Amino acid sequence: MIIRILGEGQYKIDAAQLADLNELDNAVEHAISVGDTTEFREALSRLLTEIHEKGTPLAVDVFVESDLVLPAADATLDEVREYLSDEGLLPG
Amino acid sequence: MGVFNRMSLIFRSKANKAMDKMEDPRETLDYSYTKQLELLQKVRRGVADVATSRKRVELQISRLQTESDKLHGQAQKALAVSREDLAREALTRRSGLEQQIGDLATQHAALQAEEEKLTLAAQRLQARVEAFRTKKETIKATYTAAEAQTRITEAVSGISEELGDVGTAVQRAEDRTAEMQARAGAVDELLASGALEDVTGTAKDDITLELERLASTNDVELELTKMKAQLGAGPSASAPAIEASDESAADPAATPKSEGNPA
Repeated sequence: MIIRILGEGQYKIDAAQLADLNELDNAVEHAISVGDTTEFREALSRLLTEIHEKGTPLAVDVFVESDLVLPAADATLDEVREYLSDEGLLPG
Repeated sequence: MGVFNRMSLIFRSKANKAMDKMEDPRETLDYSYTKQLELLQKVRRGVADVATSRKRVELQISRLQTESDKLHGQAQKALAVSREDLAREALTRRSGLEQQIGDLATQHAALQAEEEKLTLAAQRLQARVEAFRTKKETIKATYTAAEAQTRITEAVSGISEELGDVGTAVQRAEDRTAEMQARAGAVDELLASGALEDVTGTAKDDITLELERLASTNDVELELTKMKAQLGAGPSASAPAIEASDESAADPAATPKSEGNPA
């Protein structure tokens, strides 16, 4: 599985790690839904740390789409909301 | 992964829109490469813009610091001539400046961080663009219709996502820099408004004028004391008669002077 962290690049992650990542992702999603900045920052930081630790950076000459795109570590809650609310691009 | 599935879909649909325009898949490669070069230019301009803003803030900090040091020196001079009121005024102004300096230092750090991020983005993109160019030529050279479509789609989608990523970073840096420039503009206005006229050395502020007035009054007093001492040390035999006759005229002149000088 390929994950991009905005501003950093892409990482390859073993599918077996996904359960852990999902849990961390839920925490980020929860923080976004309740608008808790502190919780958001902590959850995002934990999620990105996990990817840094478990993932392998992709080589510069590998051109593939990511399965997941994650915000940069210093992204604000508002910025992430903006990415997600991009008009007409949301599925459904 | 709920939220971030959506984010990847957003980036993907942007990439696909560009590709749908091309008829020959090989055109897509060239089109994408042109876009990459354009973005690389844009990132480099972004780095230069942020650096300009950073330098501007540096200059402002140094000007405000000079002014702050000067006020500190004025406060010391004022205290030395027992003008606590002037010293207090100087230190009050200085504390206002120190707040500004602190605020600018925060801005400076933010701009520096932005500049580093963009520099890294430019380096990363440069490496990617070079790798893409090689890949593009390879794909073209070994082009067979059957397999090309897949390989081209893959490569272009991959790099398009990257372009979206870097493009977002540049946009973000531009927004932040614009914000800071507005604030830096306010400081420039303050520096130009005359509130801090003295920073440029073109005019003297009221504290400086008052200290100079005090200093020159002191000089006059010193001079007068010296003169009086010299007169007093002169030949005394004929002096009493002159002094006695001049006394009524000399005294009224001397009295207002000593009253007018609190130091």
